[in-house]
Amino acid sequence: MNQANPDLIRKLKREILSLQGYRTPVAEEPAVDLPLISQAFPNGIFPTGAIHEFICEGRNGMAASAGFISAVLAALMKDRGVAAWINPVRQLFPPALRRFGAIPEHFIFLDLPEEKDALWAMEEVLHCGGFAAVIGEIRQLDLTASRRLQLAAEKSGVTGFLLRQHTVALNTIASIARWRINSLPSVQEDDLPGVGFPRWQVELLRVRNGQPGAWTVQWLQDHFKTEVPETIALPESMHRKTG
Amino acid sequence: MRRFAAIWFPHLVADRVLLRRPEWRGKAFALTTLVRGKKIVTVVDTIAAASGIMPGMTAADAKALVQQLELADDIPGSEQRLLEALARWCIRFTPIVSVDLPGGLLLDISGCAHLWNGEENYLRTICRQLNSKGYTARMAIADTIGAAWAMARFGDGISIVPPGSQLSALLPLPPGALRLETVLLERLHKLGLYSLRDFISMPRPALRRRFGESLLNRIDQALGTAQEWIEPVLPVPLYEERLPCLEPIVTATGIEIALQRLLDALCTRLQQEGKGLRCAVFNSYRVDGKIERIQIGTNHASTNREHLFRLFQLKIATIEPALGIELFTLQADKLEPAVPEQESFWIGKHGLQDKAVIELLDRIAGKLGADRIRRFLPAEHYWPERSIKAAVSLQERPATHWQEYRPRPIRLLTRPEPIEVTAPIPDYPPMLFRYQGKLHTIKKADGPERIEREWWLENGRHRDYYYVEDETGARFWLYRLGHYGTDQPQQWFLHGFFA
Repeated sequence: MNQANPDLIRKLKREILSLQGYRTPVAEEPAVDLPLISQAFPNGIFPTGAIHEFICEGRNGMAASAGFISAVLAALMKDRGVAAWINPVRQLFPPALRRFGAIPEHFIFLDLPEEKDALWAMEEVLHCGGFAAVIGEIRQLDLTASRRLQLAAEKSGVTGFLLRQHTVALNTIASIARWRINSLPSVQEDDLPGVGFPRWQVELLRVRNGQPGAWTVQWLQDHFKTEVPETIALPESMHRKTG
Repeated sequence: MRRFAAIWFPHLVADRVLLRRPEWRGKAFALTTLVRGKKIVTVVDTIAAASGIMPGMTAADAKALVQQLELADDIPGSEQRLLEALARWCIRFTPIVSVDLPGGLLLDISGCAHLWNGEENYLRTICRQLNSKGYTARMAIADTIGAAWAMARFGDGISIVPPGSQLSALLPLPPGALRLETVLLERLHKLGLYSLRDFISMPRPALRRRFGESLLNRIDQALGTAQEWIEPVLPVPLYEERLPCLEPIVTATGIEIALQRLLDALCTRLQQEGKGLRCAVFNSYRVDGKIERIQIGTNHASTNREHLFRLFQLKIATIEPALGIELFTLQADKLEPAVPEQESFWIGKHGLQDKAVIELLDRIAGKLGADRIRRFLPAEHYWPERSIKAAVSLQERPATHWQEYRPRPIRLLTRPEPIEVTAPIPDYPPMLFRYQGKLHTIKKADGPERIEREWWLENGRHRDYYYVEDETGARFWLYRLGHYGTDQPQQWFLHGFFA
């Protein structure tokens, strides 16, 4: 009995996780390489087949989230997967996706100004196993709608990203993680002039069964570089010194 | 073997006038039209014709011949319209009917007559129904259009030329039976050739030299050695399934059952022929004569019943059955060859070829509109707005590479927004700018990247783009329109946001 306990407990833990929306990872699935941040999730991997919620502050926040997600998508869409990007009016500029390693022609854009249509389409895409991911720029949704999305994602294994702007009334929705991504001043090596690699402050505000945290992430052409910041917002002068 | 029927209405317009004005029955009447200010007779009825009134006379002359002559205006094009309506009516006898001006219809009745117990009965049925409508008609059936045409006009009411014997039937007829031009007819008449017997067996080179190719062509068409086609009034849908209902259907469930049956039949047929459906129309013929139609389109040739049914299902609610629907038809408007794929091999395959993806997009297009779905490919333009183009189909591959060596913003504004900028001249990046009332101090910048306007497409000034970062780390794409130093004021715009 005593010997069986660790195994049993591990098994039970796995079951609890799967009940909470974490899929048991399959070996051949493309994994998202997010150093340090992955450790915040149970099992130490970025959960796919679930809904991730991104809180965006302003248009720059939208752009930063879109960039971060594009890089994550590039990993998810390996092996010729397609993604659907649902938005009221398309503002994403496909050529920029190349910078984050994603293939722009594998994105299908759905311009749906009506919230109702957008939710319907997002759920349909989540139900359909053929997609690698779906991104929805949806302003308002309630708990019930989000639960439907989350259940659909769990069933099909499609990863969903919700980009939420206008966070005045930020209600709780069913998602596996709530992120907030803001741009940080870029860092140039050797004080070179010009703008450096995209650099963000990535915050995990809420993780189901995981450890929330904050990190500084840089996208260096083809991979993420993550650091644990000493303080949340570094004063401008500090950056100059690190450069 | 093909069989053709020709119907000839000797007094088509006159019959129509009598239907409109029954009080003129038994009276002489004529229709006139204005030619150079003179009223010219165009149509006469039998009684007026017997008194010597002919088309081409002036109305005054006709009136002088018959004092009680009734006159009415001839509406141009009415004969054609009338014939088209009659041709549509004739579709109940054969799907291929064409209008044959003047005053006739041509029917391709191959494989139709046996449904009326033989050709004799077939013609009599048509004749009886036309007579009951008030039209006198003469008709004939033969192997060729030419022979049927001739026998309808020069035969005795209803004539049937047995298969293969059109030559013997045509021999006693005058040359006019060959559908020749008046010039040729006059020439034949002048030479004393009053019937086909006189010249039909003459050597062909002699006929060609004297009368030209058209006579030979007409002879060949009448005898069946040259092919002739008729152009149907309604194009025959090649892939159509029909489902008549005994009782009018009013419920959505009934419509769904009908649709399912039609889809089954159509898909089975398409699968056998190796085709797939791209566009289909589902017509519901209502009892009150109206037709309700719903249309679907797919991104990829499909014969998947469930999928097609789901596409239609989204629109079934728009059908208004009113008093009931008595006939359903499903027709495939656009087909493409579809290679029957090994389904199990493709299952789980992600990508644009994935059937699940294609079918889902069809569903979204069916519900929300196909114009909502876009996919983008690179275009060979530097001008940012034109550097991408919408893909025509899901299968389209990029024709060129994505431009990567210059930074492009992840979010591009549809319309660049004007900003207030403080910038040192000549071409340094701005020091600060104000956008939507907020001041941004620029700490880092790249640029300028000059993008010229494509002069062969539009006029205007070039843009100098700067990739800038403000004190909080927000990254923008700004541009200045045109050069400094010109008399025009400097205009700066914000065009996008970088990640």
